[in-house]
Amino acid sequence: MLADTHIVCSDCHIGKVSNAVDMSERGDTIIIKSGVYTESLIEIDKPLTIIGENFPKIVAKGGEKIFHIIGDSVTITGLEFMEVKRSFIEDRAAINIQGGNYISIINNRFTNTFFGIYIAKSTGTKIIDNRLISNNKKEMNSANAIHAWSSKKLLIKNNYVEGHRDGLYFEFCDNSIIKNNHSYRNLRYGLHFMFSDNNKYKNNIFEENGAGVAVMYSHHIEMYKNQFLNNWGQSSYGLLLKEIKDSKIHYNLFKGNTKGIYGESAIRINIVHNDFVQNGWAMQMMGSSEQDTISHNNFIRNTFNVSTNQNAKNYNVYEKNYWSDYTGYDLDKDGIGDVPHRPVKFFSQVLGYTPEAIILLRSFFIELLNFIENIVPVLTPENLKDLQPLVKQIDNDTISKHI
Amino acid sequence: MLKILKYSFYDLLRSKWTLIYFLFFLMITQGLLYITGDEAKTIVGLLNVVVILCPLIATVFGTVNFYNSREFTELLLAQPLKRRDIFIGQYLGMTLSLSIGYFLGVLIPFVIHSFTYSVDYTVLSILLFVGVFLTFIFSALSFLISLITDNKIKGFGLSILTWLLLALVYDGMQLFILSMLDNYPLEKISLVMTFLNPIDLSRVLLMLKLDISALLGYTGAVFNKFFGSSFGFALSLSALLIWTVVPVYFINRISMKKDF
Amino acid sequence: MIQFQNIYKAFGKLEVLTGVSAEVSGGGITAILGPNGSGKTTLIKMLLGMVYPDKGEILFDGKPIKKEWQYKNDISYLPQIARFPENLTVTELINLIKDIRGGTPNEKRLIDLFALESHLGKKIKHLSGGTKQKVNILLAMMYDNPVIVLDEPSTGLDPIALVRLKELILEERDKGKNILITTHIMSLVEDLSDEILFLLEGKVYFRGTIPDIKEFAGEDNLEKSIAHLLEHKNAENIKV
Repeated sequence: MLADTHIVCSDCHIGKVSNAVDMSERGDTIIIKSGVYTESLIEIDKPLTIIGENFPKIVAKGGEKIFHIIGDSVTITGLEFMEVKRSFIEDRAAINIQGGNYISIINNRFTNTFFGIYIAKSTGTKIIDNRLISNNKKEMNSANAIHAWSSKKLLIKNNYVEGHRDGLYFEFCDNSIIKNNHSYRNLRYGLHFMFSDNNKYKNNIFEENGAGVAVMYSHHIEMYKNQFLNNWGQSSYGLLLKEIKDSKIHYNLFKGNTKGIYGESAIRINIVHNDFVQNGWAMQMMGSSEQDTISHNNFIRNTFNVSTNQNAKNYNVYEKNYWSDYTGYDLDKDGIGDVPHRPVKFFSQVLGYTPEAIILLRSFFIELLNFIENIVPVLTPENLKDLQPLVKQIDNDTISKHI
Repeated sequence: MLKILKYSFYDLLRSKWTLIYFLFFLMITQGLLYITGDEAKTIVGLLNVVVILCPLIATVFGTVNFYNSREFTELLLAQPLKRRDIFIGQYLGMTLSLSIGYFLGVLIPFVIHSFTYSVDYTVLSILLFVGVFLTFIFSALSFLISLITDNKIKGFGLSILTWLLLALVYDGMQLFILSMLDNYPLEKISLVMTFLNPIDLSRVLLMLKLDISALLGYTGAVFNKFFGSSFGFALSLSALLIWTVVPVYFINRISMKKDF
Repeated sequence: MIQFQNIYKAFGKLEVLTGVSAEVSGGGITAILGPNGSGKTTLIKMLLGMVYPDKGEILFDGKPIKKEWQYKNDISYLPQIARFPENLTVTELINLIKDIRGGTPNEKRLIDLFALESHLGKKIKHLSGGTKQKVNILLAMMYDNPVIVLDEPSTGLDPIALVRLKELILEERDKGKNILITTHIMSLVEDLSDEILFLLEGKVYFRGTIPDIKEFAGEDNLEKSIAHLLEHKNAENIKV
C-alpha cells in the first residue's frame, strides 16, 4: 500500500482539513496551504503526517478543541492554532493527545489557545520547537501551555511558552526529558511537576513566572543547567521542592528570585555547583529537609543566603561553598577559609517571627545583633555552618561546559 | 547670603576637617575596592559606614564649627546683613564643603575603578546622594542644637546623643516594639517610624535598590505597595527632602529671635 | 542720631537694664562706663541689633531699628574679641567685609598705620593676639561712617599701636562723628572722651563731661570719682 499526499487549500478540491483527515489512509500525508481554516473537533485515529505551508491558521470553530489524537505516530508540523476558548467542563486544547503514542508536534504556533498541547496516556511523544503564546490575566480563567498527564518517555524540547497558567505541567509522567525550553511570564508556575519520577530537565529558562517552578512528590529528578530568573513575589520561588527525594540539582543559575530554592521535606537532595545570585533568600530549607548536601555553590550578594525554621539542629551538610559575605581569612592559602561560615543570620530568623521587621534590613543595630549571634548562636542552629568555605568564586560555567 | 556662603565655604574647604572627611571616605572606599575587588560588595560595605558615619561626622563638625565661629558670627551680626543670610549662609557653606569632601572621597576611587571594571552607577549615585543628604540633615540638626544651647559642652553632648538615638537606639526600639506587638498589623507603624528617622530613610532608599527580591517576599499589602513600585522610592526621597528643609527652617526661625 | 528710649532687658532672672533712656547726637566721643555686668556691652549690642530689648525702643536717625538692617551701613563696630574664620587670609577677610558693605573703604591707610602689610597673605590662625586686634580695628575703621562703636578697643595692643589708635579716634571725632566707647582703661577715657555715660543698676546713673563727674563726686581724679560714685550707692561688691 502506497502512501498518498492530500493537498488542502481554500480553492482546492479538498477545502477542509477534516475532509482530508477523513479520506486519508494510514501513513498518508496532508499538506495544508497557507490560509485560514475555521474548524474543530478533528479526530485522528491513524498514523498521519500533517504539514502546514507558511503557517496556515487553524481557528477553532466555536472555540472547541481542534485536533483530537487517539491513534499512534501522528506528526503535526508548521501550523498556527488560534482561539481555543476556555471551558470549565472539559480540558480544551488545540492539540489533544488521548492515548496516542509516538506523536510528534513540531514547529507549530499556538496563539491564545486555552490549553495548547494536552498529552494524556501517551508514550514516546515529542513536542519540539513550538511557540505557545497567550495573554491571560487571571489564573482562574487560564490553562497550561503544555500539559502532560500519565505519560512516559516524553521529549519536550526547544519550546517557548508564555502567558498561560502553568508553562509546562507534568503529573504522573516518568522517564521524560525536558530541555532547552523557555517559560516566560506564566501566571502560576513556569514548570509544575508532580508525582513524576526519573525525569531530567536541563538547560531550560524559567523567567518571571508568578510562582516560579514547583517540583513536588517525586523522586530521582535531575535538574541540570537551568536558569531560574526574576521570579518575584510573596510566594514566588525560583524552585519549590516539596516531598522530593534522591534528586540532583546541578549547575543551575538562580538569579533575582524572591526565594532561590524553597525546600520542604526535601530529602537526600544533591545541590552542587549552582550559582545563587542576588536572590532575596538563596535557600530556605525547612526543618523537614534532611540529608541534603549543599556544596560547591556560589552564593553571591543574596540578601539572605540560608534560612530555616529550625533553631536547634540542622540535618543537612553545607560544605565548600563560596559565600560572598564571608569575612574570614585564609592564612595557609589553600583556598579554604580558616574560619567556618554561618550562612543563617540572626535577622532572617527574626523575620520568621516578625515579618514586618524587614523594614530594618541592613540597619546598623541589626548588623550588631547579627554579629553577636554569629559568636553566640541563640536563634540559629549551632551546627549549620560551612566548615570549609571557599575564598574564591567557583567558575561553574567552565566546569559544566561538557555536560 | 551668597557672600557669606562663599567665605564660609572657602574657609572650611581649607580646614583640616573637610580634608579629614575627604581622606576618610577616600581610604575606606579605596580600601574596600582593593580588598573585595568588586564594586557591588564595596557599595554594600559602604552602606553602613555612610549611613552611620556621615551623620556622626556632620554632627561633631557642625557643633564644633558653630561654637568656634561664634565671634565671627557676632562680627557679621554687626554688619548690614539680614540674619537669615548670616546663618543660612554659614550653614550652607559648612555643609557644602563637607558634602564635597564626602562626595569626592567616595566617587574618585570608583571613577578610577571604572577604568578597568564596569560600575553600576544607579546604586552608587543613590549612595552618594544619601550621604550628602545625611550631611545636610545632621549638620543642620547640630547647628540647631548649638543655636539653642549656649553651653558648649551641653550642646556637644546633646548633638552626640541625638546621633546615638537616631543611629542605634531608634532601630532597637523599633525592633522591640514590632516584636512585642506581633499580633497587630504593624506595617503602618513601622513605616511611620521609618519616616521619622532620616537615617532609616536613607537606609530604606538603598535597600529598595539592593534587596528588592527579598522585600517582595513580604506578604502585607501596605509594604507591597511601598516596596513594589517606584512609589516607595519617591515617598522616601520626598521625606528625606522634608528632613533637610525642616531643620533649616528652624535655624532661621530661632536665629531670628536669639540674643547674641 | 541715636536714641535709647526706656530700654529694659533681663537675661533669665538677671535684670540688666531697667529703663535706660539716652540720646547721642551732635558728634563727639561718649564713653559708656559702669561696673561689670552693668549692661554696657548689652546696650551696644542692642544698637547693632544683636540683642533685642524686652521693652523700649531704639531709634537711629529718628527711625526704629527693629527688624531693620540697612542702618548698620552707617555704623562702624569694633567687637570686644577678635576671632575670625581661621583659614581665611587677612586679605580675604578684608574682601569679605568689602563684599558685604560695598563702597570705597580706605584700608590702605590703616594697613600702613598699623604696619599690617606683611601679614596680609597670612591665615588668621597664624596671627598673634595683638595683630588680630589690629586686623579687627582695620576691619571696623576702614569705612567712613557717621557712627563708630568701639568695645574695649585697646585690648592686646602694643603702646605704639595704642597711640596710633587714639590719634585715629580723635581724627574721626574732628570730622564730627558720633563715637561710643566702652573701656576699663581710665586713662583712655580721660584722653578721649567728651562725655561720660555711667550705667549703674540698670539705669543711667550719671551723664556729663569729665569735669562734671569730678565735681559731682567731689574728687580731682577720674578713677577716684568713679569709685566714689560706686561706694555711695552701696555697691561695694562690684568693681569698676
